[in-house]
Amino acid sequence: MNLEQALQIVSETDPGMVRSHNEDSVASDVSRGLVVLADGMGGYNAGEVASGMATTVIVTEMQNALDRHVSFDVDPKTGQSQAQKLLRDHIAKANTSIYQASQSQPQYAGMGTTLVVALFHDNKMTVAHIGDSRLYRMRAEDLKQITKDHSLLQEQIDSGLITPEQAKLSANKNLVTRALGIDPAVEPEIHDYAALPGDIYLLCSDGLCDMVSDEDICMALQTLGANLKLCAQQLVQMANDNGGRDNVSVILIKVLHDYAAPHGVLAKVFGWLK
Amino acid sequence: MAKLILSMDGLILKEYTLAKERTTIGRKPQNDIQIDNLAVSGEHAVVVSILNDSFLEDLGSTNGTLVNGQQVKKHFLQNNDVIELGKYKLKYVHEPAGQVKAADFEKTMVLRPGAMKATQPPAAGPTPVAAVTVPMGTPPAAAHAPGAAPAARGFGDTQVNQGAPASAAAAASPAPAVAAPAAPPKPAAPAPRVGVLQILTGGNAGKELALVKPLTTLGKPGIQVAVITRRPQGYFITHVEGAHFPVLNGKTLDSHAHPLADHDVIELAGVKMEFFFKT
Repeated sequence: MNLEQALQIVSETDPGMVRSHNEDSVASDVSRGLVVLADGMGGYNAGEVASGMATTVIVTEMQNALDRHVSFDVDPKTGQSQAQKLLRDHIAKANTSIYQASQSQPQYAGMGTTLVVALFHDNKMTVAHIGDSRLYRMRAEDLKQITKDHSLLQEQIDSGLITPEQAKLSANKNLVTRALGIDPAVEPEIHDYAALPGDIYLLCSDGLCDMVSDEDICMALQTLGANLKLCAQQLVQMANDNGGRDNVSVILIKVLHDYAAPHGVLAKVFGWLK
Repeated sequence: MAKLILSMDGLILKEYTLAKERTTIGRKPQNDIQIDNLAVSGEHAVVVSILNDSFLEDLGSTNGTLVNGQQVKKHFLQNNDVIELGKYKLKYVHEPAGQVKAADFEKTMVLRPGAMKATQPPAAGPTPVAAVTVPMGTPPAAAHAPGAAPAARGFGDTQVNQGAPASAAAAASPAPAVAAPAAPPKPAAPAPRVGVLQILTGGNAGKELALVKPLTTLGKPGIQVAVITRRPQGYFITHVEGAHFPVLNGKTLDSHAHPLADHDVIELAGVKMEFFFKT
């Protein structure tokens, strides 16, 4: 089903104030309700290659798969929702592509990327992530971080070694414990969430959340939520005004209307006829 | 790599590099840092280093461990912290390696299983992970009190919300200085001047609003809204929503951000207001 009427999506990506390369990559397909953000790493331009491969492979493969699958029902055999399975399969494909490229071409050795993907379907959102790129939800004036970083710092916080306040002072901010394309296989973290009209979702690379406090992100979304493009530009500008030490990428998704999938026999017939 | 500098009565005795994951401190000879003094316990304390971070832990010593004059059981060490054991002082120095290119700062790296252990042998040369992750000062998180925003709500139909619309209080007094966001950590940035908006027409003529937040919206949601952004370079006004664009000094603006100069006159939703810098 076409989600163009139900969702508004804007994205911004910027190299920041210090870096010459932009190793972040963003992609979206509003009609299929798919957004992908990747923050690449690796020497020379390998980071750009890895993040570019991740977004391209996932978007094109997911587009093909979504056009074939009409239903997002739960698979009775595995108990997994169809959306989760689709994301898992195509993230695995992207992982293989990046891993093989890094193995076969010496200039790409060791490249990898973080990833956050959201798929909107049937009033729900399925989110998959690997590494420290994040997804936030703005609902009723309240900003909440939905994804939990796969990073050394997060593990230290979870184990009680340091508090979130101390984490802001830590020098180990930039160590991720999971990445796409580093190993032959990767385990993404995938969850389903309910999406409500009025929600604004923010996908961002660590260039935003390291440079701009959650309070300021929240303020930008609250005050500029009516103009999503301006809001995205404002977030990038705030990161750059605060030093812009890393590439900054943001994708904003606003849920405008209900987008329940059609159910019943008629819908299925129309589905076949498509 | 981080160091501990041992001193007594201001006299530097020795320097220790925190090359191991655990660096023990105590009176007994098997300690990495041996302090042969009766005020120091046999096994007094330990410093656990994880890549660029170090944690000090007191091992139940008789006389305790102080950091910057405070008794601690466990402490996340920051540059220039002073650890005291009896009369002895250990200064924790953690300086970022100066020779590494700025471009390498904060590059995201993958920490793979085994990488942690690889940092242990001190003589084995830096591992890829340890080599590229350069410690550096983190910017102070913009510390401002949410909810402290005043709002001059109700000049005619036009509302002014400073940041969170929910926090709009009835008071029209200027914001307390505490609510100002921390200045962005730019090294040579001059102290930014605070801009003020004064209403010129309508029922609220004469009222003033200090623009202390990074974002201040003006207007009425759904009809016409503009935002004034506070940046290190100064103040900018941008159209947010509505069919009409704000008018600046008699000229209608386009959708781009426009810098505000001292004594600019803004017209928005039928209300005129003047922007100026507070002296």
